Amino acid sequence: MTSIEGNPVAGAGQAPTSGLWALAPYPVIVADASGTVVRANPAAALLLREALPGASMADTVPGWLARAHREALTRFAAHAGCTGDLPAPSSGPVGARSFEAHPTPSPGGEIAWWLIDGTDRRVAEQALATERQRTGFLVEASNVLLASLNTERCMAATVRLAAEYLADVAIVVAPPTRGRLPVVHAVAGQSAVAGLIAADPSSLPGLAEALRGFPPLPSRWIDGALLPDWLLPEGFTGTIGSVVVTSLPGHGVPAGALILLRRGDQARFSEDEEIFARLFAARAGAALSAARLYGEQTAITQTLMRELLPPRMQRLNGVDFAGGYRPAEMSERVGGDFYDIHAGPSPDDASLVVLGDVCGKGLDAAVLTGKIRSTLQALTPMVDDHERILNLLNGSLLNSHHARFATMVLASVQRAENEVRLRLTSAGHPTPLIVRLDGTVEEVPTRGTLIGALPRIESHSAQVVLQPGETCLLYTDGFTEARGGPLGNELFGEERLKRVLSHCADMPAEAVVERIQMLASEWLHDGGHDDMALVAISAPRTTHLSAVDGHTRGRYTV
Amino acid sequence: MTVAPVPQDAVPALRDALWAAVTSRDEYRAADVVFDALAQGMAPEAVLLDLLAPLQVRVGAEWAANRLSVTQEHAASAITERVIAALAHHPAVRTAPTLGRVTVACVDQEWHALPARLLAEVLTLRGWRVDFLGAQVPTAHLIAHLHANGADAVALSSSVPTRLPAAHAAITGCQAIGIPVIAGGPAFGDDGRYARLLGADAWAADARGAAEKLAAGIPAPDLAAGHRRIDDLPHLADQEFTFVARSQGDLVKTVLTRLEAAFPAMASYDAHQRERTAEDIAHIVDFLAVALYCDADELFAGFITWTAEILTARHVPAASLRPVLNILATELKDFPRSLRLLGEARRALDAASVPSGTHPGAHA
Repeated sequence: MTSIEGNPVAGAGQAPTSGLWALAPYPVIVADASGTVVRANPAAALLLREALPGASMADTVPGWLARAHREALTRFAAHAGCTGDLPAPSSGPVGARSFEAHPTPSPGGEIAWWLIDGTDRRVAEQALATERQRTGFLVEASNVLLASLNTERCMAATVRLAAEYLADVAIVVAPPTRGRLPVVHAVAGQSAVAGLIAADPSSLPGLAEALRGFPPLPSRWIDGALLPDWLLPEGFTGTIGSVVVTSLPGHGVPAGALILLRRGDQARFSEDEEIFARLFAARAGAALSAARLYGEQTAITQTLMRELLPPRMQRLNGVDFAGGYRPAEMSERVGGDFYDIHAGPSPDDASLVVLGDVCGKGLDAAVLTGKIRSTLQALTPMVDDHERILNLLNGSLLNSHHARFATMVLASVQRAENEVRLRLTSAGHPTPLIVRLDGTVEEVPTRGTLIGALPRIESHSAQVVLQPGETCLLYTDGFTEARGGPLGNELFGEERLKRVLSHCADMPAEAVVERIQMLASEWLHDGGHDDMALVAISAPRTTHLSAVDGHTRGRYTV
Repeated sequence: MTVAPVPQDAVPALRDALWAAVTSRDEYRAADVVFDALAQGMAPEAVLLDLLAPLQVRVGAEWAANRLSVTQEHAASAITERVIAALAHHPAVRTAPTLGRVTVACVDQEWHALPARLLAEVLTLRGWRVDFLGAQVPTAHLIAHLHANGADAVALSSSVPTRLPAAHAAITGCQAIGIPVIAGGPAFGDDGRYARLLGADAWAADARGAAEKLAAGIPAPDLAAGHRRIDDLPHLADQEFTFVARSQGDLVKTVLTRLEAAFPAMASYDAHQRERTAEDIAHIVDFLAVALYCDADELFAGFITWTAEILTARHVPAASLRPVLNILATELKDFPRSLRLLGEARRALDAASVPSGTHPGAHA
């Protein structure tokens, strides 16, 4: 200890003024067991002007240091003679700066306090903590915002995050639609509330500009007291002290504006905070515009798809119809297989059912099925002349720019008494099957040329009568060519299909479709497959004709 | 309605009348029973859950006991569907939505749509806006629907445990876009243990329970945390599930070949009988795979004892299951979890004390 003190000084109570002691780069104060300053070097004298030798620590140094001295005395007394670990330093402010005080005991019971300036480190640590918190927030914001492609959810997530971390109240205003502003509010700690408000965005300075993507107004330019009422969440009380309006930048177009509000008693937004709010707004804007774009695309796809999706099949003019469709690609809803049903002009006329397969898969094939379906709809009045329908369709396909061909089965279906009469024509398509009441499965003897490949086609129709409980099945080769089964690589095949169908005697049409689809799906066992479509046409059972009374009127309208 | 409610003791008679109508394939009589019950003051929800839902339970039980063919089962379901559809249009049943929006869907490849359909109708009655996506909804379609339409929650139905891995994909998919999932159906276990295992946000034993949980509000999953499927099931890291699921066809072939060597009687099987035996083995391998996925002994042992009951009801000696388990244990000798599951299943089979027989598989 003595060596550090350098040259001996005149006596106790006098400040060291020369030698190494005086040159020490840190302030050093030595105090004795009674808490009286014994020595202080010049650096200490500059920092703590009143802590002169003889002065009391309690009166002349910051409280935290005086307290640390008392505690260190107790600890050193308890461990007298031990040369163990030095006690941990204490720290605290001295004026505007922050110091760490390291104690070293001397044998005489005095303690030397070495004061090290830690201000820069503390500032750096605080900055690091703030940055970590912000990075954590931005990561969370990205996780939350990128999760949803739904505009409403995205807007709600944006205000909820902003109200949690950035402000007391957060509001997202989307660009106006038909003169109204979609607005979502969130108050910190509460859930988001959405609304559609007829209001003028220019009633808040900076909002109209932000909605058009102009650079933001500095928040000090916006007076919280001038905030329009429509912007505040219902039931919000209190005054607004500080407002930030920032644009949510989208992909080329602004996705809306983010408004952050702080209550009057809270600190105003600093410039730093405004910059951070814009960083958040950039992420929220990107997520929102992706959601908006996805929404628009989905709406367009749904509109276009509506015409391509298979129609609902149900009872029509006393005949049960059911259809099932499974496209090849799991992510798509349409493909190259199709079916359709067109009612005749009156309930006494035959309905036209078609099931077919355009060569190819996916959307390209689906577009052609749409064309075939609308052509066939126009040809429905010729329901009695399949050959003519097929010839006209063939001509239309040959003249189109599509280089694809198609196979299909046409069926004219008409109920007569309890029976259902069918005229079936295959155009290069797998043979339709009939399951009789006793489980016998018959092939319908019709054949013909496929459509859209040759200038001349031939076809031979067949007539079939279904008794109640009997079903005619039209299907595409996706079923017979399904590969799988318990051993993994077998074809489903026509024989297996017939065997399955033979167990479907006397089943409702939709149950036949469901049963075959289910077995084929089990057969595939998650494996890949072609498009698969089927239609069941059944003559309904008529066990309940006795019940034609007032209560059950309208059941048999045939 | 001003009419007095249907007394509780009238319900069994109504159920019997409905059962008679459905099994005799008389859809109109079935509709009559249901509309009469409504007219007599039975609440629409009670019609759905106390008349129509028990019907489905009975269909399943009768099929297991071999008193109902698969085709009759399909027909009964089709008729029930039609009756539910007719009921939904009844003036007494129409309800304006006042609550949030719920999507009801069956897991991919899940064909039993009726329980989900009943839930959808009950939720509609209780004032939810319901999107019913039907049977076997591919997860990609479910997620696309949720992106486009939003939902406060997804109710996911699965009755067959082999679809649990697909259910897991659907649950994590919904949660990844911030929508909570309530799971239901026999696949998730009678106490919902597999729903918990797969990280569903809620589980309900029946439609009423699901409606109550939804009304109480199911908290949305925490998106900030980021979640991966393997986090729920760390045992998947041993790749046993992946191996068994991927080599299913080969395993079935091996078991079939060895069975034929061990039981000369099988040589006389025709192609159809042989295929049925292969299907039974494929089912066993399927359940082994899903039990590996969930690391759940009772899933596989439960399936084996259930299969034994089904076989016995069809006069096929259930003792034939034992050699299949033995051969699988030989084939999977390097897979500790598979061996554990197979061992547990053999013990369960012994405990069930199934009468022994000589011919494996091949029920017609």
